[in-house]
Amino acid sequence: MRQILIPFYAIIIFLLFWEFVVWFNGWPNYKMASPSDLWPAFWKFKKLFFQYGWDTLWRTVAGLLLAVIFGVFLGMIMGLSKILREALYPLLVGFNAIPKATVVPIIALMFVGQHDLNTILIAFMISFFPIAVSISIGLSTLEPEYRDILRSLGASKSMIFWKIALPKTLPEFFGALKVAVTLAFIGTNLMEIVSPHGRGLGALFDSGKTNADYPLMFAVLIGLAILGIALYYVVVVLEKIFAGWAERSSE
Amino acid sequence: MKSNVGNEAIIIDKVTHTFKTDTGLLPVIKNLNMTVPKNGFTAVVGPSGCGKSTLTKLISGLLKPDNGEVYLNGEKVLGPKPIVGMAFQNPVLLEWRSILKNVMLPLEIVPNDLSEVDKEDRAKSLLHLVGLEGFEEKKPSELSGGMRQRASLCRALVHNPEVLILDEPFGALDAFTREDLWQVMHKLRQEEPFTGILITHDLRESIFLADEVVVLSGRPATSQYSLQIPKLKNPKLDSLFSPDSIEMLKNLRKQIEIAQVQQATN
Repeated sequence: MRQILIPFYAIIIFLLFWEFVVWFNGWPNYKMASPSDLWPAFWKFKKLFFQYGWDTLWRTVAGLLLAVIFGVFLGMIMGLSKILREALYPLLVGFNAIPKATVVPIIALMFVGQHDLNTILIAFMISFFPIAVSISIGLSTLEPEYRDILRSLGASKSMIFWKIALPKTLPEFFGALKVAVTLAFIGTNLMEIVSPHGRGLGALFDSGKTNADYPLMFAVLIGLAILGIALYYVVVVLEKIFAGWAERSSE
Repeated sequence: MKSNVGNEAIIIDKVTHTFKTDTGLLPVIKNLNMTVPKNGFTAVVGPSGCGKSTLTKLISGLLKPDNGEVYLNGEKVLGPKPIVGMAFQNPVLLEWRSILKNVMLPLEIVPNDLSEVDKEDRAKSLLHLVGLEGFEEKKPSELSGGMRQRASLCRALVHNPEVLILDEPFGALDAFTREDLWQVMHKLRQEEPFTGILITHDLRESIFLADEVVVLSGRPATSQYSLQIPKLKNPKLDSLFSPDSIEMLKNLRKQIEIAQVQQATN
């Protein structure tokens, strides 16, 4: 109960403070919307909020799933083969160094009209890197004794992978997944904002901008925050289920 | 490829092994001969870095010797074999498994026809033997270092290996815990006979546990000296303070010094 109440009060205090600051400075809502402007803005477009919220959510999750599949595969081949690691690492770092905001218009042009595809693609491109790195580091730093214990019994390579290497890498994988979730979310929104005639919360945000509906823009921000928190905690729950053993009980 | 020697469970026959490093070749073991009789227990001591751990890998088949042969129960070692059990200084327990599941791990790999219940019973009886009953469902992180090492010994023995290879299993424990585990080793030997090789840096440990102590020379290691330890029925820790024991310890200490000097000059 305490765990719910404390954050709840903190949010209430934050909203009151925000309302106060706007009121105290006498800011008009095009400078800074106040919390009391948000609900009407949401209510006016509530259908769009849910419809676009769903668009943003499923594209982010789809991009993230692709990132997990590709990132785990890349991390595996880099973690298990030294040659491939040396070959792929500079490429990977170089690719990651490109700010993805600059890739957005390129992808938008490349797959013009295919709004779902290019949004998912950006979410994927921005988020697979931490997953690949964590898996490859987890696999390549496996203490040799762990391998020896199984190898001395005549275990095959795949047995060592499934029984030891993979479970041992899970905590690092989930750490990376928490970062990747946030990144994928950024990717989705970048594309939704930039793409003409787009859908999703990013597009709603953009239409708030073009129509000078500032409370709407702020309401979209809050909506995005709620989606982001939900996604993050889904990962936390998965982590508890699959890698809960890595958490030391604080006794 | 059977050898014609009958009673020797481990035969190390003129084994030479060299590591290739960036700076050139590093001979680690040279022309090493050693045997361990069936159900015998031999301790191997020697200067740090003289190739003792390499020796365990050669016996378990994780490494292949450049020259010479290793035989386990008359069979030439060509690669890893499930008749071997190993325990290291690091207990390497899998943190996501319970202690019981950790001990059962080799039974998931070594071919056997035990049912799941048999496997559990086997693991439980070993845990009972080393004083870990009641800890079966705990996670390794909930156990002390000594308890983890006990579990690691159980895992090394669970598949009834013919040869047990111990690479400094008590090295990281405090002195009293270590002495407790020495007693556990004696108990295990009585209940679960095995042929064993123990790598150690502790001379007291070597004479307390083993039937024979082999001193390896400095790198490249070869057997420099060997000492038979008279077997006691029920060795007590006090026996380490007997004049006989002290004489043996002095003797071994002197041999280690010779080996250290040799390693330093090489």
